[in-house]
Amino acid sequence: MAWNSRRTSVAIGGGVVAVIFAYLIWGGIGNNLVYFLTPGELLAKGSSVYGTSVRLGGIVQPGTVHWDAERRELRFRLEDDAKHTVEVLSTGVPPQMFTEGIGAVVEGVWTPDGVFHCHNLMIKHSNEYKAPAAGAQPAEYYRQLFRKQQS
Amino acid sequence: MNGMIGHGATLLALLIAGCGAAAAFVGGRRGNERYVAWAGRSGIAVCALVVLAFLIMERALITHDFSVSYVAQVGSRATPLFYTVISLWSALEGSILLWALVLSVYTAVLVRWSKRHSDPGDPQPAYALGTLLCVNVFFLLLISWPANPFRPLSPVPPDGPGPNALLQNSPFMGVHPPLLYTGYVGMSVPFALAVGALLAGRLNPDWTRVIRRWTMVPWTFLSLGILAGAWWSYEVLGWGGYWAWDPVENASFMPWLTATAFLHSVMVQERRGMLKTWTITLIVSTFLLTVLGTFLTRSGVLASVHAFTQSPIGPFFLTFLALVLLGSLTLLAWRSEVLRSEGRFDAALSRETAFMINNLLFAAFAFVVLLGTMFPLIAEAARGVKVSVGGPYFSQMTVPIALLLVFLAGVGPALPWRKGSVELLRGKFRWPTVAALLVGVALVVAGVRAPLAWLTFVLAVFAVGLLAVEFVAPTQARHATTGESWGLALWRVCRSNQRRFGGYVVHAGILVIAVGVAASSTFRHEQEWYMARGAVEPFGRYQVALDSVWAVHESNRDGVVAATSIYKNGSVFARLYPRLNYYKSALEPIGTPAVHEHLREDVYLVLMAYTADGSHAMIKAIVSPLVGWIWLGGGIVGLGALFALWPGAGRASPRRDAAAPPARARARPVTEARV
Repeated sequence: MAWNSRRTSVAIGGGVVAVIFAYLIWGGIGNNLVYFLTPGELLAKGSSVYGTSVRLGGIVQPGTVHWDAERRELRFRLEDDAKHTVEVLSTGVPPQMFTEGIGAVVEGVWTPDGVFHCHNLMIKHSNEYKAPAAGAQPAEYYRQLFRKQQS
Repeated sequence: MNGMIGHGATLLALLIAGCGAAAAFVGGRRGNERYVAWAGRSGIAVCALVVLAFLIMERALITHDFSVSYVAQVGSRATPLFYTVISLWSALEGSILLWALVLSVYTAVLVRWSKRHSDPGDPQPAYALGTLLCVNVFFLLLISWPANPFRPLSPVPPDGPGPNALLQNSPFMGVHPPLLYTGYVGMSVPFALAVGALLAGRLNPDWTRVIRRWTMVPWTFLSLGILAGAWWSYEVLGWGGYWAWDPVENASFMPWLTATAFLHSVMVQERRGMLKTWTITLIVSTFLLTVLGTFLTRSGVLASVHAFTQSPIGPFFLTFLALVLLGSLTLLAWRSEVLRSEGRFDAALSRETAFMINNLLFAAFAFVVLLGTMFPLIAEAARGVKVSVGGPYFSQMTVPIALLLVFLAGVGPALPWRKGSVELLRGKFRWPTVAALLVGVALVVAGVRAPLAWLTFVLAVFAVGLLAVEFVAPTQARHATTGESWGLALWRVCRSNQRRFGGYVVHAGILVIAVGVAASSTFRHEQEWYMARGAVEPFGRYQVALDSVWAVHESNRDGVVAATSIYKNGSVFARLYPRLNYYKSALEPIGTPAVHEHLREDVYLVLMAYTADGSHAMIKAIVSPLVGWIWLGGGIVGLGALFALWPGAGRASPRRDAAAPPARARARPVTEARV
């Protein structure tokens, strides 16, 4: 009899712990979801995604990049295949490869002022090797330093 | 030529493994010693063939035989020899080959071992060998067909792109994957042993001890492999961190969590005959998680749910996973009789309870990580949205669990089996509590204001104190009765039960790691500057000066180096050379941060960008305290595990020998007859 009641209380206690745990996990995931969107999808969602964490992927639109070295602020527009664009404001030094026309993923939030505030700027790349597209010159930039060294 | 031999060897190994598995099961079922002996021989043959295939691939890589598809994929004439050798595991096909190699070596070791340790007529080793050979069949199938690294290429390309740039960027890649795979793949052995026991319908204490020992070995390698991966990520990726809850990291961590839970619950099973179903479930889950992890990281499913069907191996893995899951569940249900508990809990205040809570915490930990890793897949499959689960989810959910585990790491060993008394605990807890309180006050006085980090430090001191008591009390007693010197008494005490004291050393190592993680993640400080050559920037207690920027040319890469000096108290403290490297196989440069490592704090510099004329550079500097403790703790874990496994005066082996001489004497003529 004592054994049975102990079993019951253990079962109830375990159930309560499990429910609390499930609730915590549910909330934990819900509050920390980051949505992957393209500029077009972001614009379509409009005000409903203000303030939520978003990863926005697209191409850095040529002619829109402004780098303010003094305030370390980078502004540019990110564009998708359908030519929808979103203005991005990123603080901090961009990666060496950042340039116009390159694929980029920005992580941050969209605000009612229509600017996407990015706290993490990544150049889109893949772990697996892909041959450079014809005509692409990966990283020829640094060669000037060699010339300088020789002179 | 290389391609043909290599492919031939894998095909032959596949055939032999299949026949061997059948022989093992049939032989075990009928009690036919000859069949079982043949299965053992086929295990050795599979190992020899896979070693051959591995060596052939190495030869093809080293001699730049670009007629072999894998060499053309990852090889390059410009790559230095060391990176050419390790490029074997730089892409999918090669890493499956490495997997098959490790697995076949384990299989051969198991064959040798069971020859010495089995009784005639006992079907368990035969079933275990059969199961392990089935796992071999799966991986050999992968490298013979969908992930065949030996495909012939025509026309033969003159040169290749070289291995993945991230792999070429650090010698750590020579250490981390082999360690990790030795741990990861090794989890198939305890799984096979458990399945063997279930199939045979018996689970005696001896066999349980065997499974435990066979788990300890891969567990140690897995622990070191995970830490080596963290270290690699710290030394290469340039964000100053070592763990990002990336799916690849989670894939290696989840089996570690369940295996750790297993190593604890198996002690309850050994001592008290309880928690059998749970223990077996843990070891089966560990194996399932290693397969799931390989599927997640190797099939491209994480990039998109729909990508994996295009990958050559995705459907294979999913089928294998489903088969193992269904098979194990069926077995567990079928053999529930064998797994019935023999004992029950006597008191709430006992080591059994501590183990129970420990197991629930580890299981919850693994579940949290699993859900966070799988959620993006579920969301994409169910609702068609692309999401990722942010790092804060993992830290919010796991930090409380980890803190409780830190607490238990000391309290568990202090509690006696069956029933503890308050008086006993009061004695044991006195000094550790005092030490923890003193440290807690000292930390507040020293200005530590982060509650979670503070709690981690205090709990770790408390736990280390409790562990120290476990060492000191018996040493004191021995010193008093035998008059041996303190050092000798401590050594003899440890040698008298290596498994136990080795385990406590492992606990201490984990606690050191916990302190390192808490300190480095809480008190990290970073800053970045756009600096002209010759400029000096203040950075906490240091100053950072950019001396020059230059370019270097190496056979496999070009690099841009920023020479910097770190000043402290007006004099040069360190000279650091962070750099960016350009590889043929990567579009973007791969950085190599420069780290001044010290147990107290690391100074970590990253070259972010530079101007083409070398006049300016963007430098990021990070100071993180006690990062080195994580690597130090890893070393302590390794030493503790080694001590626990070291053959010697440990309790497990002599008792076993004393109990089993007739069995061994009986077994010997049979094994001789087999050979």
